[in-house]
Amino acid sequence: MLYREAGQFKTSYAKDQAIFPIRQDRILMAILIAIAVLGVPALASEYFLETIFVPFLIFALAAIGLNILTGYCGQLSLGTGGFMACGAFFAYKLATAFPELHLVIIFLLSGLGTALVGAAFGLPSLRIKGFYLAVATLAAQFFLVWMFNKFDWWTNYSASGVISAPPREVVPGFFLTGNDASAVTKYLFLVCFVALMALIAKNLVRGRFGRSWMAIRDMDIAAEIIGIRPLWAKLSAFAVSSFYIGVAGALWAFVYTGSVEALAFQIDRSFQVLFMVIIGGLGSILGSFLGAAFIVLLPILLNNGMLAIDPTISTALVSHIEFMIFGALIVLFLIVEPHGLARLWQIGKEKLRLWPFPH
Amino acid sequence: MNASAIRNIGGWAIGVPLVIALLGFAFQGLASFNSSFFFAWPYFIEVLIAGLLQGVMYSLVALGFVLIFKASGIFNFAQGSMVLFAALTMVGFIEMGLHWTIAFAITAVVMALVAVGIERLVLRPLVNQPHIILFMSTIGIFYFLDGFGQTLWGSDIKVLDIGIPKTPMFVGKGMFEGGLLINSFDLVAAFVGAALVIALAVFFHYTRIGRALRAVADDHQAAMSIGIPLKTIWVVVWTAAGVVALVAGIMWGSKAGVQFSLALIALKALPVLILGGFTSIPGAIVGGLIIGSSEQLAEVFLGPLFGGAIQDWFAYMLALVFLLFRPQGLFGEKIIERI
Repeated sequence: MLYREAGQFKTSYAKDQAIFPIRQDRILMAILIAIAVLGVPALASEYFLETIFVPFLIFALAAIGLNILTGYCGQLSLGTGGFMACGAFFAYKLATAFPELHLVIIFLLSGLGTALVGAAFGLPSLRIKGFYLAVATLAAQFFLVWMFNKFDWWTNYSASGVISAPPREVVPGFFLTGNDASAVTKYLFLVCFVALMALIAKNLVRGRFGRSWMAIRDMDIAAEIIGIRPLWAKLSAFAVSSFYIGVAGALWAFVYTGSVEALAFQIDRSFQVLFMVIIGGLGSILGSFLGAAFIVLLPILLNNGMLAIDPTISTALVSHIEFMIFGALIVLFLIVEPHGLARLWQIGKEKLRLWPFPH
Repeated sequence: MNASAIRNIGGWAIGVPLVIALLGFAFQGLASFNSSFFFAWPYFIEVLIAGLLQGVMYSLVALGFVLIFKASGIFNFAQGSMVLFAALTMVGFIEMGLHWTIAFAITAVVMALVAVGIERLVLRPLVNQPHIILFMSTIGIFYFLDGFGQTLWGSDIKVLDIGIPKTPMFVGKGMFEGGLLINSFDLVAAFVGAALVIALAVFFHYTRIGRALRAVADDHQAAMSIGIPLKTIWVVVWTAAGVVALVAGIMWGSKAGVQFSLALIALKALPVLILGGFTSIPGAIVGGLIIGSSEQLAEVFLGPLFGGAIQDWFAYMLALVFLLFRPQGLFGEKIIERI
């Protein structure tokens, strides 16, 4: 009844190609944006903004990055943590070397730097595929983290090895990083930034680039035969994906934790983002957001749930049981819906179109 | 044995000592240019042997991966947590006062139960899903087993002692001044590894179920069509991988203590797999030896050049470079692609 496109005619190619071709979708999106920009900062407490919304948005950005590589181009990567570290340290070096530079420019530049590194580590993908490639990307993960840990140049020779992000304003008077930054500023900046980046990604995967990535994913030899250059398709996927992941890493260090350290980007981080992509849905920008929300919320819910049941439980036991439930849920999820949350959303929409009639 | 096999073996017999000698001379040259490097032939050989023995330990973990990948095409990321789980369970039973042989037997049964559980609850519902989904599900198993083992047995570092001698010993006193220092524990580990490989080879070649396993590894559908029960085979393979994990867990556990980090040695087995090929048991052994020895040599002789601790990533880089030249690994089946 409510969700039906009857009577909405597409009279131009532009309308036909729109991201949200159905009016109801556009209205829903507008409401969502209004809630995100106006409702959440007004209602949510500082704690919620800092511990749930900020990491959620940053993870969503990283998940979009990995989704471009794994979901759209079909190249399995376990090096996400390493590339995030790249972004974080590039941003730190840029921010300390050029104090006048605006933060957004720093983030974008560190993303570009990471894109170069990513393309370099993507070179083996021209020869190797599948799990062999996944293991090869582990080289990036371990090498990059080792390098940032080992050479003091990256941390400007600080003695402790843990360095805090320099305080910067995003617009005059509003600090985004450092101790004066308020949670609302961080949140609003991230909402705008991540939404823009997601929009760019959405358009990228609908366009020529995205089509060539998907052709490579579906069958690389066939794609090569119809004239798609694997070199460009694969390396551009690695570069774009690393760009997103690098920016997410810079945001993680600057906006979320406020400190730049290589140990925050261990292999666990890679798996975390991979989980988001798989649970959210491979090859879906929306899925990246859903997956990030799921993985960010799940441990918090599990933790609080267990403490609510038995407040005397030891923290070590809580973390072990959390691991167990987390693993079991992942498996359960894969069994119930291997195509992820995005697919569930799609099924829901199909159902909604017919509602309240069964056929 | 045909001519090409003999040529292969000949190639290895000449090539390996040649590479080792060349590496030695290269390091010697490096040391003579730069006084901060230390080089001596006995020391070089000592490091090499220590690395080879370390490599056997990697092979033990890699073997479990190969077994499962061969039979089901699943890249079992949970192998590391199976090692941890098996070791934890074994220590748990020993602490109850059982002799280690009995504890071993009980733990093997537990691993078989785990295999049945995995097949029932995870693999069967996921049949015919793409490989990446199965891979993800094994990461789920990884988390689950990690949490489960530590919930059951606690997360303290435990000592696993089944009476393997750990005294260092000196061999070859006639050849070198002072002889070569070798840890006897590593030698035992090497023997156990060799015994395990031989046992597996016998099992695969001379038993009915072993032949069925090889048939399944060759071609799933053909094996099914002649009446080999795929599900039983998977349980058997996962059980075998569980027992291999148990042996690896005992070896690593008595060397480094049973603790959470055992689960992460599985990551070190990955470059071994790449080098040897995912589908080859000899590959896992040779790959382990190459990774172990080159990692040790690089850490000791090249490490100072980069400020140390390069063994965190050296194995991966080596595997990465190697893959560029031989994408299917040393012994992997040649990759043939069709449209």
